[in-house]
Amino acid sequence: MTPNGGTNEPAGVEDVLRTEHISMSFGPVIALRSVNLHLRRGEVLGLVGDNGAGKSTLVKILTGLHRPDGGRIYLEGEEVKFRSVRDARQHGIETVFQNLALVGELSVYHNLFLNREYTRGGWFRFLGNRVMRAAARQFLDEIGVNIPSVDTPVAELSGGQRQAIAVARAVRQENIKVLLLDEPLAAMGAKETSLIIGLINSLSKKANVSIIVIDHNYTHLFEICDRINVIQHGQVTVDKSLSEIKLEELIEFMVQTFRGSGKTLVD
Amino acid sequence: MSSDTPALPVVKRRIPASVMRRFIGQHLTEVVSSLVAVALAIFFTIESPNFFTSANALVLSQFIAPFAIFALAEVPVLILGEIDLSVGQMYIVSPFFVTYWNHAGVPVLASVVLALLVCCGLGLINGLVSVSLRVPSFIATLGMAFALRGIILIYSHGAPTNPIGSGTLVNILGGWPWSEAFWALGIAAVMHVMLRGTTFGLHIVAVGGNTESARESGIRVDYIKIWCFVLCALLGGLMGIVDGYHLGSLDPATDGLTFMFYGVTSAVIGGTALTGGRGTMVGACIGACVLGMIKNGFLILGTSSFALDLVTGLTILVAMILNVQIELATSKRGSRGSFGQVVSVIFTIFVQRRKGRVRS
Ligand SMILES: Nc1ncnc2c1ncn2[C@@H]1O[C@H](COP(=O)(O)OP(=O)(O)O)[C@@H](O)[C@H]1O
Ligand SMILES: [Mg+2]
Repeated sequence: MTPNGGTNEPAGVEDVLRTEHISMSFGPVIALRSVNLHLRRGEVLGLVGDNGAGKSTLVKILTGLHRPDGGRIYLEGEEVKFRSVRDARQHGIETVFQNLALVGELSVYHNLFLNREYTRGGWFRFLGNRVMRAAARQFLDEIGVNIPSVDTPVAELSGGQRQAIAVARAVRQENIKVLLLDEPLAAMGAKETSLIIGLINSLSKKANVSIIVIDHNYTHLFEICDRINVIQHGQVTVDKSLSEIKLEELIEFMVQTFRGSGKTLVD
Repeated sequence: MSSDTPALPVVKRRIPASVMRRFIGQHLTEVVSSLVAVALAIFFTIESPNFFTSANALVLSQFIAPFAIFALAEVPVLILGEIDLSVGQMYIVSPFFVTYWNHAGVPVLASVVLALLVCCGLGLINGLVSVSLRVPSFIATLGMAFALRGIILIYSHGAPTNPIGSGTLVNILGGWPWSEAFWALGIAAVMHVMLRGTTFGLHIVAVGGNTESARESGIRVDYIKIWCFVLCALLGGLMGIVDGYHLGSLDPATDGLTFMFYGVTSAVIGGTALTGGRGTMVGACIGACVLGMIKNGFLILGTSSFALDLVTGLTILVAMILNVQIELATSKRGSRGSFGQVVSVIFTIFVQRRKGRVRS
């Protein structure tokens, strides 16, 4: 793996995903100034940054939910402009959103298949509930997610179970190339965390899926990532592979910049 | 006896959380409302020999059917967390559209189809104004309701007329005494399958339950909402044409808002949450039965028309209070309907106050 050289290289085939100067504002709030990042095939990239740094906004752009004000996105070397979430999904981009994108009123299996339902009857799109229920049960058992009944409304599940469902929904897709995980471990217990970490590892190593993980727990990130990017004030300011940076250094750096920004605010 | 008592909780604990229990748990409002309906039926049967008769069955069906159709039309919109206040006015104006097209030289059947298309168009405007222009649907559809009332009063000069046409078509549409009941049943069946059995229905519940999640799942939220407004307007218009042929006369000055509120009330009695995310077509029909029986029953009992509104209002209140209280007493999570939330908040404040008083 070439350490820290990615940004200087030409758009090589090994970059599955690359962004150039992505910017986006919400009215007066500048969420992203100019984001340049790249993601190699089978790589796990950790994205860290303070709250409000723009991480979730970047995820929403990469998944077709927001359209950026400026900048370019390249998928496998070709420029793409996602018109919708459906569009991004068709390009093989799957996402676990920070809020999980689950509907509490709906059952576990309806959530797993939401907007990708198994249907019959052509134009009428009748739900094939029996097929979906069985497939959901089988898949959750396969990956080891413990849900007593797939008929349970998601609102009745624990936070960790909900996150597991959201992750399961994303990794269930067969054409998946890029997986975006926005704080997927936030509400999880130890057992569920190791389950998800195991899933991420096997996806990147066996299925060669490229993954971006956002998380505030640097210990977890060092367990799963190949490379870390720090995003500050809407820009990627640090891009280091794990061989170049130690956990303590990263923590030190984050704490210092946090203090630093506090100082400038006071001054 | 005393030796049996300790065994009881053990037996209770052994009962598994069966499918039936889950069903009742999820549809408690519907279950309670059907019990209220049965109670009302028994009450009126005891009170008057004229209630439980085949002759009155027809009359009763003609009370229930319009309420049911308005409720069925509103349920998808209400699940989305929106409301369509113009559906009753759509009902008033649609037969006039038939007259208009017929006077313009179009045959009756085609006029009916055109009138329904116009209603769809008006529903589309409701949807576009509230979704694309971001006007709250309460205001957007209220504006539509008043505008429609104005248009039809101007067009008709406020004078009642008769609906156009005669023969088999008219009989099917509304001339036959039971046709309204059949329309209601047919529409209920179609709407039920639509809501429970198709992706469109699933997406309605998804959008109503959590709009942001639905959007992130790639569901076209705006498209779903707009279609629900179109569907609501279409059903309102259809009901107007059916009822116009049933009544045999059209009065442009009839107040559509009242009809709309009967529909919304039926839906809410039947378990649809005004805050969105929850509602069933079966519940809407049960709610319409409750409301229809109240109207019809008290009329049979000879309640004066002035007192009727009072009695109707009080019965609705009692039915809803019963519903909410039973739901609160049995459900673990007290976050179902908006009424439930309001009552539970008041209840909590009340309990806390009493606790405070006991302490001090
Ligand atoms: N839909 C939105 N409307 C307005 N402002 C937003 C919206 N989404 C995000 N923001 C703003 O953009 C900035 C970045 O937010 P976000 O991407 O959620 O940060 P992070 O995920 O890194 O915590 C914040 O200042 C936030 O307030
Ligand atoms: Mg975030």
